[in-house]
Amino acid sequence: MPHLLELHDLEVRFALRTGDIIAIDGVDLTLDKGETLGLVGESGAGKSVTGFSIINLISKPGYISKGKIIFNGDEISSYSDEKMREIRGNKISMIFQDPMMTLNPVFTIGFQMIETLQAHRKISKADARNIALEKLKKVHIPSPEQRLEQYPHELSGGMRQRIIIAISLLTDPAIIIADEPTTALDVTIQAEIMDLLQELCESENMALILITHDLGVVSQVTERMAVMYAGKIIECGLTDQIVKHPVHPYTEGLIKSIPGTVITPGCDLVQIPGMMPTLTNIPPGCAFNPRCYLKEAICTTKTPELKDAGNGVWAACHMR
Amino acid sequence: MNTDNIILSIRNVVKHFDISGGFLDQIRFKKGRFRLEETTVKAVNDVSLFIKKGETLSVVGESGCGKSTLARVVMGLYPPNSGEVHYGGKRIDNLNHKQMLPFRKKMQMIFQDPYASLNPRKTVQQTLEEPLRFHHPELSGNEINDKIDQVMEQVGVDQAWIKRYPHEFSGGQRQRISIARGLILDPEFIVADEPVSALDVSIQAQILNLLMKAGRERDLTYLFITHDLSVVRHISTRVAVMYLGTICELAKAEDLFADPRHPYTKALLSAIPVVGEKRAKQIKLKGEVPTPVHLPTGCVFHARCVYANERCLHQIPELLTLDNGTCIACHAVEENRIIS
Repeated sequence: MPHLLELHDLEVRFALRTGDIIAIDGVDLTLDKGETLGLVGESGAGKSVTGFSIINLISKPGYISKGKIIFNGDEISSYSDEKMREIRGNKISMIFQDPMMTLNPVFTIGFQMIETLQAHRKISKADARNIALEKLKKVHIPSPEQRLEQYPHELSGGMRQRIIIAISLLTDPAIIIADEPTTALDVTIQAEIMDLLQELCESENMALILITHDLGVVSQVTERMAVMYAGKIIECGLTDQIVKHPVHPYTEGLIKSIPGTVITPGCDLVQIPGMMPTLTNIPPGCAFNPRCYLKEAICTTKTPELKDAGNGVWAACHMR
Repeated sequence: MNTDNIILSIRNVVKHFDISGGFLDQIRFKKGRFRLEETTVKAVNDVSLFIKKGETLSVVGESGCGKSTLARVVMGLYPPNSGEVHYGGKRIDNLNHKQMLPFRKKMQMIFQDPYASLNPRKTVQQTLEEPLRFHHPELSGNEINDKIDQVMEQVGVDQAWIKRYPHEFSGGQRQRISIARGLILDPEFIVADEPVSALDVSIQAQILNLLMKAGRERDLTYLFITHDLSVVRHISTRVAVMYLGTICELAKAEDLFADPRHPYTKALLSAIPVVGEKRAKQIKLKGEVPTPVHLPTGCVFHARCVYANERCLHQIPELLTLDNGTCIACHAVEENRIIS
């Protein structure tokens, strides 16, 4: 069966005066109907750019320089802006990090929801309003009729994020891309939003791409995950497996450096020395080699490819 | 309780912020009359706690619970509306600027955002030597440089970078420099307000290790403000959980995580995502945190609490000490109404 979404050898560059920066370097990903995929990495790893590139939201000076994005059998990476609008916000929706910034402060919730629907479908205002109400109920918003008349500032952060999820559901998308949807929220609210996303994926048979730096969230919500480092996927596969038995030394370090995973309280945490290279200055060979405790001569000369590490996990490491 | 060991204690501290604005903003029309009404944010309400020498006390809570305000009251950055702050047995909240100076040397603060807390126009050298020149005018240039070198080495920043400006450093390195600035006066007590929240996980581990190492080597006492419960569990001796400006539970870290007693603490702990574990049944809270402008009557948590009864609605629960030293403010715990 063909996949719902496929990224083939995707490369995204940013053209700067000093030369091109490769933000995404040969990323391959697949996503099936109803599947949840986590995209993990530290800031600057390229996880958000990957998410943005799927719906062609990369703005100048960035551009997709190589590779294909295939959605439902169509190569959407070659679509014109006009044609892309039928996909973006319609069949593939996106949820952003800051619920404060995503909603327009000068329009009511109802106006923004109806506008979204009318942009994608020929539909009367009354019908659009009914759909909006139905979606608000789906995200468990109390007294939805009242909310339609309210402005974003009247709602709390968690409530706003629910509204945004409701907006992204309006057009019954096949995929939702959620870019750090709970980073700006408190833990108790985060847990509720994650539950909601998981529940919706099951009930609507939607696929979810969850972009986050929080391994705890990924391990609870997703079935598969991909770990990114300096623009490349360095490990991907079944979430449960990766979290319990990480193959790549970076993933291993990342998991061990979280307080409360392997180290007893009060003792020193396992730390990865150094920091992620800037994209202008990626070391030759494996990008992780200066920080790696397994480093050998080959790591500084040859870039490792993703290879099958067994148990449904693929990792890009010469040593493992 | 041995009081000799107590380095800092705060008693019944209250901090409200007036946000009512100007005269015209305060006018309200009620029951046929115009009247003036003040709007205040009740950030911290009647909080008492003490910190023993050498321990790490963490204050946790969700945004808006007053934990950062509490830290600033402790440091003397905000004067409390009422209540007292004692440091080493002396009351410090009513001191004037000059009387406060010797305490400022002993108490230092590390802030959350290393991008905002370092002056972009000052080199690392200038940033680090300023507190020394201010508090120790007797030191010579060489002595100052020695001191800076020593601190830079301790926090793991290359001494060769001393002439650089903050923008040339990454977030983790900037936080190291902030910590160096906090350590350079050899303080006894450090207030760290979310020192690792803005950092990536792998960098966060480096900074936490650094803070713990400095704590051991210099025998520091920390007041650690954070919302990240896994960090709290790792570094704290004792933990205070705050909700809407009041402490609802204060316990030894291992007790709190093994056996949370307050309904809010239970819900908070059950919400932490743990790597490699599918979520156990999460305790869902109804509703949302009320605003600190209009505090609920009685227990501030009652509207979201499943154990709330008539008494919780009207009477504010006091912080009671249980047998194992855990302090808890909850009528339901007191009356043994919670069956776990």
